[in-house]
Amino acid sequence: MWKKVFAIFLTSLIIFTILYITSSLAEIPDKIDRLPQIDLPIPKVQEERDYLGLSNQGTFRIPQIKASLVFIEIFSMYCPHCQKDAPRINELYQLIENDQDLKKNIKMIGIGVGNTPFEVEYYKKTFQVPFPLFHDKDYKIHRALGEVRTPFFILVRIYEDKSHRVIYRQLGQFPGAKAFLEMMLKLYTMGKEEKL
Amino acid sequence: MKKIFDQLKLGLGFIIIILYFTSNAFSISEIFKDNIYPLKMEKPRDSVLKVKVGNLAPDFILPSISGEKISLKQFRGKKNVVLSFVPAAWTPVCSDQWPGYNIAKEIFEKHDAILLGITVDNIPTLFAWTNQMGKLWFPVLSDFWPHGAVAKKYGVLRSNGVSERALFIIDKKGIIRYIDVHDINKRPPLEDLVTELGKLSQ
Repeated sequence: MWKKVFAIFLTSLIIFTILYITSSLAEIPDKIDRLPQIDLPIPKVQEERDYLGLSNQGTFRIPQIKASLVFIEIFSMYCPHCQKDAPRINELYQLIENDQDLKKNIKMIGIGVGNTPFEVEYYKKTFQVPFPLFHDKDYKIHRALGEVRTPFFILVRIYEDKSHRVIYRQLGQFPGAKAFLEMMLKLYTMGKEEKL
Repeated sequence: MKKIFDQLKLGLGFIIIILYFTSNAFSISEIFKDNIYPLKMEKPRDSVLKVKVGNLAPDFILPSISGEKISLKQFRGKKNVVLSFVPAAWTPVCSDQWPGYNIAKEIFEKHDAILLGITVDNIPTLFAWTNQMGKLWFPVLSDFWPHGAVAKKYGVLRSNGVSERALFIIDKKGIIRYIDVHDINKRPPLEDLVTELGKLSQ
């Protein structure tokens, strides 16, 4: 009896180890500098489609956004820090949109983890968020991103050939629009040199 | 050979079960940092309701974190009441539910409703916990002693002493109009509450 239990235990352990090693081998490079595969619905609102430089209907992936740099906020309508930071993140959007050069190159989106479309819409309305927000009702994206806490900020550099690299990740502590923008631009120029 | 195969099958099943129970479906706000006690998936529901829609809601008097005692009866004829029971302070999901309601004040006001948040925790715990959420516009009540008495009266006290994640809508006449004893592991979507509040004025 115990021999059998032990055998089952050992087999599980071996399978588990194999699964664990293969999955971590496959995932680590992705986690560091590539986004997991995230399919988002192309916005129904024309203005949002224009903002992201997307046409047609269906889904898109973040590297398809017409930009050199994409700011992603992982938020939740139910998260107090996200609520508190919302006006300052709107301010970041304004800073970018007020500059002709930055406007062309930097785009912002938000993903509401565990939020229904209604909840995302409610958040958007309450804080008058000017950039496109998407819902992740079933925590699918949340899981793919490693179940980060909210708010979480990700910067993605998109190259001309549509390849991309995650150049920054930050949990909470939004330092204010100006400070964050400065940091973004610094990272951006660094990335540029690297690519050249 | 067949034996090895059977073992392999058993082992795989075992792993799938483990993976299933360790995958959690909730997000945690950074505001609570590492103060949220990690919980695994729990039995979705672990109590039997003692009230139903159409019943007169059982009255209660409970202390609130602001110091005043709040009774259900005091809203009779004045306000619709939403009772939001959440299982316990410092747990996932719960820690995210009330901050959402906190920005939804206008929804409650639109339907002439007050929200009462209730847990089985004592006042100091509730005070420390809700302080993390920013200033809440609704009263938070402590159903601590006799332990979970109100939750028990409504039939939402679980066998381990915490309450269900439950919503009750009570109209101005004191009649229960809606009950949602939700899966404890999940947050009730805001739109459900909005829809049900909308039905009150019909």
